[in-house]
Amino acid sequence: MQLTLDKFTKSFGDTEVIADMDLTVRDGEMLALLGPSGCGKSTTLFAIAGIHRVSGGRILFGDRDVSDLPSQKRNVGVVFQNYALYPHMSVAENIAFPLEVAGQDRATIKREVQAIAELVHIEKLLNRKPAELSGGQQQRVALARAIVRKPAVLLLDEPLANLDAKLRLEMRSEIRRIQQETGITAILVTHDQVEAMSMCDRVAIMNEGEILQIDSPTEMYRAPVSRFVAGFLGNPPITFVEGVTDGRGDVDLSGLKLPLPARLEALPAGRAVTLGIRPEHFGVARGLPVPGVVRFVEPQGRETLFDVALDNGAVLRSIQPVRQDLSVGDAVRFNLDTEAMLVFAETGARL
Amino acid sequence: MQHSSMTRNFSMIPVLAVLGLVTLPLVVMYAFLVIDSFSNAPATSLIPSEFTLEHWRFLYDFSLVGNVWIATKNSLILAFTMVVTTLVLSSTGGYAMSRLNLPFRRFFLASVLVMHAFPAVTLLIGTFLVLNFTGLYNSMIGVILVKGTLMLPFGIWIMKGFYDAVPWEIEMAGVQDGASRFTVWRRLVLPQVKPGLVALGVFAFLDGWGEYLLPRILAPGADFEVLSVFLQDAAIPDAADYNFNIFKSVGIFYTLPVLILFVVFQNRLMNIFGGGTKG
Repeated sequence: MQLTLDKFTKSFGDTEVIADMDLTVRDGEMLALLGPSGCGKSTTLFAIAGIHRVSGGRILFGDRDVSDLPSQKRNVGVVFQNYALYPHMSVAENIAFPLEVAGQDRATIKREVQAIAELVHIEKLLNRKPAELSGGQQQRVALARAIVRKPAVLLLDEPLANLDAKLRLEMRSEIRRIQQETGITAILVTHDQVEAMSMCDRVAIMNEGEILQIDSPTEMYRAPVSRFVAGFLGNPPITFVEGVTDGRGDVDLSGLKLPLPARLEALPAGRAVTLGIRPEHFGVARGLPVPGVVRFVEPQGRETLFDVALDNGAVLRSIQPVRQDLSVGDAVRFNLDTEAMLVFAETGARL
Repeated sequence: MQHSSMTRNFSMIPVLAVLGLVTLPLVVMYAFLVIDSFSNAPATSLIPSEFTLEHWRFLYDFSLVGNVWIATKNSLILAFTMVVTTLVLSSTGGYAMSRLNLPFRRFFLASVLVMHAFPAVTLLIGTFLVLNFTGLYNSMIGVILVKGTLMLPFGIWIMKGFYDAVPWEIEMAGVQDGASRFTVWRRLVLPQVKPGLVALGVFAFLDGWGEYLLPRILAPGADFEVLSVFLQDAAIPDAADYNFNIFKSVGIFYTLPVLILFVVFQNRLMNIFGGGTKG
């Protein structure tokens, strides 16, 4: 079901946390709300769930305005960060609870619980108590309980934050698989860009109660609208260097000149700009050779990450297929792909 | 597991010795209480000379110290109504204090605490006047109301502590699952605070069973005599028919439920001081 936020506003007391937010999540889509803590992503989630009342604007499920409906009547499934399983009930009872409350008959409940347990691969654990499950299994139960009622929308609040790294990888694809198999409209709230990009059709990046950009993960990575978005996506992160345009197609980085990408050569002189250089665009096969000194080497297995200090003191990161011929203190000339550089105006907007 | 690893590192013997030494007077007193109630000893001697059940005659011979069963019934009524009212009102009141956004919540919490700290004796005269005015003086209902009122602040605070330990998310999940706030409370939250309810229930029973002052003063009539008052009446040393061994037997009869409850529930009673840890 399509979910629409129409001029959604939320304030706590006198503090306005979110003002006039518009957002559409398409039917069957999985959308990530990505942002640093305190950006209002959880507030948005809880407003959709009905836990927070909206202060202004509307929330629509399909064409139905649910802004004033209590949580119980919204039919929203929520997976909480700590799973919030009912500790005194078995796995089967946990999953059956929403159906029981809805007054379904025993046979239906049994059938539905069995079906959903098979979908999330916990059919062997139905008689266990939550305390007897591993983190990943608890996560699966929470997911099963949230979707057993066939909710209009599935909300996931930092669902992977409590898992260890290996399980996180596994559950990432599992959640995505289950979401795609059920075709349920889902919103994932996370501060982890990898989760957002790997699990979702589209990512909405938020800061200070505002959505800065909504795009597919690849598009957002390639063409971020602002410096904030560019800095938020990417691991290892993008490096920023400040400079001033000289009007002849170059940027003066106090002691070093770098050419602007061809599309921006016409920028007038004297404009303060920020160059954003991703590590994979420095140290490439073809490009402008830039001299520097290796300051730090971080082997990452498949790749090696270098911190390179340029002549003017700026430090650029370079990520390259593993190589062991360089060590700290070595002088290098890495090629910089200047066409792939991102250029931001003083306001932070990308040019 | 924990136990065995402890004994491996530290010898328990010194601890047991000290505890045993301190407990010894109590053990001796209890032992003689039991021994004396089942035996006769020659005057001036502590060592019993014969076994007898005659000190337990009070159970059927009401001419000795009065009808013990009426007092038992009254004590049970008082104790059980204490359990029921304390549990019902503390489990709901504690929840409201812990979770609901009530007006004057802080004021309520503070005043409940003050009530708990208030010595009951200082309230006696005022309570007496109120009961007299409402016509509840010298009635079981009056005693129950007053005792319950004094018990509630403690119960509400204890239950609030247990509710505070239940994660919010469980309630949010329940509401999302479509359950009403009441269903969430009854089916999801209440089971989490069961250790608290059990402990509080036992505590309320013991408190009601042991209450002496309120029934003595607020319901002095013979119809409402509870066991504690009965025991006191059985022990008027100046009385011509005073029999110390019968007094001891009544004492054991009165203490027995307390001992049984404590043995059965001692671990759960400790929960109250754990403030909501699951046990």
